[in-house]
Amino acid sequence: MSIDILPAGRARRGFRDVPVPVVVIALAAIIYVTAAVITGQTNQISFAGLTGLLQRTVALGLVGLGQTFAILVGSIDLSVAALISTVAVLASYLMQGDPGMIVPAIAACLALALCVGAINGGLVAYWGINPLIATLSTGLILQGVLSAGFTYLGGRVAPEYQALAYQGLFGVPLPVLLLAVLALVAWFVLAKTRFGAHLYAVGGNPDGAKLAGLRVERFVLAAHIIASLGACVAGLYLAARLQSGTPWIGRDGIYDLESIAIVVIGGTALSGGKGGVIGTIAGVLLFASLDASFNMFGVDAFLKQVLRGAIVIAAVAVYAVRNKGHVA
Amino acid sequence: MTAISDTARATRRLSLRNINFALVIFVVLYAAIVVLQPNYLDAALFMNFLRRAAPLIILASGQLYVILSGGFDLSMGAVVTLVVLAASMLIGGDPEMTWVVIASLYAMGLAVGLANGFIVSFLKVPSIIATLGTMLLVNGLALAWSGGAPRGDLPDNFRNLGRLVLKDVPLVGSLPIAVLILVVVTLLAWWGLHATAYGKRLLAVGDNPRAAELAGVPVKPTRISAFVISALSAVTAGILIGGFSGVSVNAGRGLELQAIAACVIGGALLLGGRGTVVGALFGALSLFALFTLLNLLGLPQALRDSLQGVILIAAVGASVLRHRRST
Repeated sequence: MSIDILPAGRARRGFRDVPVPVVVIALAAIIYVTAAVITGQTNQISFAGLTGLLQRTVALGLVGLGQTFAILVGSIDLSVAALISTVAVLASYLMQGDPGMIVPAIAACLALALCVGAINGGLVAYWGINPLIATLSTGLILQGVLSAGFTYLGGRVAPEYQALAYQGLFGVPLPVLLLAVLALVAWFVLAKTRFGAHLYAVGGNPDGAKLAGLRVERFVLAAHIIASLGACVAGLYLAARLQSGTPWIGRDGIYDLESIAIVVIGGTALSGGKGGVIGTIAGVLLFASLDASFNMFGVDAFLKQVLRGAIVIAAVAVYAVRNKGHVA
Repeated sequence: MTAISDTARATRRLSLRNINFALVIFVVLYAAIVVLQPNYLDAALFMNFLRRAAPLIILASGQLYVILSGGFDLSMGAVVTLVVLAASMLIGGDPEMTWVVIASLYAMGLAVGLANGFIVSFLKVPSIIATLGTMLLVNGLALAWSGGAPRGDLPDNFRNLGRLVLKDVPLVGSLPIAVLILVVVTLLAWWGLHATAYGKRLLAVGDNPRAAELAGVPVKPTRISAFVISALSAVTAGILIGGFSGVSVNAGRGLELQAIAACVIGGALLLGGRGTVVGALFGALSLFALFTLLNLLGLPQALRDSLQGVILIAAVGASVLRHRRST
């Protein structure tokens, strides 16, 4: 009997069982290649074109990695955009072109991110404030202080630091390597460590995790700190890439919404407890290839914003529409 | 006897606790304004204050419907921007066109509200993501349509809705049209929420959608209508803002968060189930009084955002603590 059941079970395997990241990456590749072929820019399908594409994924990818942790644990971080701006401005302000200040500036930015993450996590985990409101508010606070304090473009990063964003190893840009390494670390933490397993448990069922003896609050706090650190690294990268930070760099990049969108597209459940960073990386590849396609087609900047809005909704809807209940 | 007096004392204590928190904040803040600028006690200046606060109050009462239904509407600011830009381009300075254009602005608002409602109810996208998406979409459309720079201007009969002040009105002295519109909108919002079966259904849906559904409430239409009401209130606010601030591509930036903050200060429970129009009204007035106070103190505009963040955390945090103690 059991022999009969097994093949039947296997026969039911179909499109639905293909892992989400594979589907998303395939979609990204199809979109990118189709756009390149239609617009006759086949030179985009080359090593140089692809590294250019990957370079474009770095900032969003870094934020997305951190956001994955926040969403996995059942929370969310809307303060990332403001934190990116703050870090980018702080880094260039502290460096003022002096190579000796590179390490202190990075350390200061990481410390700031740690504080912001701890505040976010504290408000959400220990005070019980709705994560959307808590992180939206810390974002507002950061953005307000930032735009009040830095109305002019303050300082610029050291040339040696800037070079980091443009150098490469075996033809692969360093920032892409950084993203790859951090993605691997994040994957390892989530998939292979006890901390990762507990994180999934807390996100999937906080009450159950609590009854099983986990200190739920600590995991939420840790996830928020990781989310802030991800945004911090993205801000540091953008400062290197653009020479100096502007107070609007994060908001103009819509990193808050887009990081959530790529995490969700990658198959991580907004309710927490399901998903992972491989999906997030697939999501950022999809967004980057869409963006590259818009550029190849020469879509106007405002229209691009319209399309982005529509794509974010559509992407989340693809997963959400199967929900049986009502959503908030 | 003692028992009766005990309960009497208990109810008195209860009613003291039930005094709207936002009303107290507003009175304190307005008193501080008066200390700095005594002429704010003038009826005319108070009317002017109300006129400038009117768009925020209207936005807050619309947002309240969505918050009570358990969601958020972040697309309000973008709708305001769309309304201001669309009005200037469609009217093109021709006063004959004003009423036709206003009708079409409401049609646009209706479309955005329906879109939000359908995305949330049928596609099951959480409202914060859905309305952030429509915010990008509507903002992008408005900017693409206007080419990024506002063209055309608004004729006087359109702008008067926001800025005309009727003089020598009995009882109140001066009466801005915007305040008249504000009163009508607030009364409508109050009636819809507190005097109709629809309002009860909305609260039920926000409190527990599944239970409401089992009790026979049409959950989806109720939620969609909340988003439509919110979008229509954003159109109304946009018309007033276009009237007294003129045309700008940033007309609506950040207003959605101010509206949410106003509701929260006014005691509305996020994710639904509890809140009042009077609370939202005083919440919006408190927020606006705070902005006015900051201006009088000469603090940089940008710090408004920071302060708003602190207020949001404090208001939600306070309601969390109150809730924890009562349960």
